Amino acid sequence: MAHDHDNDHHHDHDHDHDNHLDPMAARVRALETILTEKGLIDPAALDAIVDTYENKVGPKNGAKVVARAWTDPDYADWLKRDATAAIASLGFTGRQGEHMQAVFNTPEQHNLIVCTLCSCYPWSVLGLPPVWYKAPPYRSRAVIDPRGVLEEFGLSLSQETRIRVWDSTAELRYLVVPMRPAGTEEMSETELADLVTRDSMIGTDVARRPA
Amino acid sequence: MNGPQDLGGQMGFGPVAPEQDEPCFHAEWEKRALGVTLACGAFGAWNIDESRHARESLHPADYYASSYYEIWTKALETLLERHGFVTEAEREAGHSLGTSATPKRVLQAGDVAAVLAKGGPCDRPVPAPSRFRAGDRVRTRIINPTGHTRLPRYARGKIGVIDAVREGFVFPDANAHGNGEQPQWVYTVLFEGPEIWGAGSDPTLSVSIDAWESYLEPA
Repeated sequence: MAHDHDNDHHHDHDHDHDNHLDPMAARVRALETILTEKGLIDPAALDAIVDTYENKVGPKNGAKVVARAWTDPDYADWLKRDATAAIASLGFTGRQGEHMQAVFNTPEQHNLIVCTLCSCYPWSVLGLPPVWYKAPPYRSRAVIDPRGVLEEFGLSLSQETRIRVWDSTAELRYLVVPMRPAGTEEMSETELADLVTRDSMIGTDVARRPA
Repeated sequence: MNGPQDLGGQMGFGPVAPEQDEPCFHAEWEKRALGVTLACGAFGAWNIDESRHARESLHPADYYASSYYEIWTKALETLLERHGFVTEAEREAGHSLGTSATPKRVLQAGDVAAVLAKGGPCDRPVPAPSRFRAGDRVRTRIINPTGHTRLPRYARGKIGVIDAVREGFVFPDANAHGNGEQPQWVYTVLFEGPEIWGAGSDPTLSVSIDAWESYLEPA
């Protein structure tokens, strides 16, 4: 019985959500309804937009770029000189990736990306930004206390390492190329891409070490 | 404007709170907020700079109390009303109450992939040569425009070095207000930490911004 009750409760809960929207859900629903009634939006287009960023465009794109740069010096050179073209050659183009710049971490310098003024982020290679990237704690502190911010991500840099913070105040979008971890000489490009986390391409992390 | 969006160097917001295995969306309505915002952007009635200005024009108390998709949605309501697409009465009714402005285009599902893959490049040719070269010392101007600007407060009146000459880009300070694109050269300008934050700054820190030419003067 308890099991059935749980199922019933779950069902009621879902049903409940459809009929008693929270205030933001109601506001968005109102806009979508009005605009659809007026023929100004196609709800199926909204589905396609959501599907794109939920399932097709994400940090796996950026990880492929980084892994290619780790394994192909000519590609790395191209990525340094013309990131937009080098990234497009792998099929990653479009909205919020129109003007790309890749910045390479070195033993001497760690790069960190922020948008203090809004939430500019390289969608074409990383997908939609995480909540913390868009929220005041990160946006306020990344430029004044990056070491403190990195500590909150569990990343402790050597005191000798210089930190370069790139504030995305215009339409350039930045991709950090983390350093290739030691002990990965024998790994394939595909295996290497699995070591490249989203945060390592923002600069709040480094690439994973191989297991 | 010196609005709530200009967060660099502000204090008191607490620690960053990264979320393990964060989902792409935290609620169904966030998905629709993204979709409706992008679909309405495709109308061609406003540009990205006007959108950003609508978001930063929220009252600071409202801005700081809102998640980013809430900020987007509230700004979208403003834009839709300003440009004659959805009235306040309609929002309250939750339904269309009449006719509205005609958009330049309506985004159809079949066009979404191509439109997103194309994006909206905002580089533009600038006839004049760039005023500055890589390595030049520059000072950012001290300006306090009441309209949209992309020169953050923390980087005003500071001496830096031109790290890179980029391209000509649409000038947001003009474009946000219907004054045309007025493209200018954009530069990456690099500042040492102590120049911005004073003697207590992390000495290993440097910060760069991307600045339109009119934000800069020789130093």
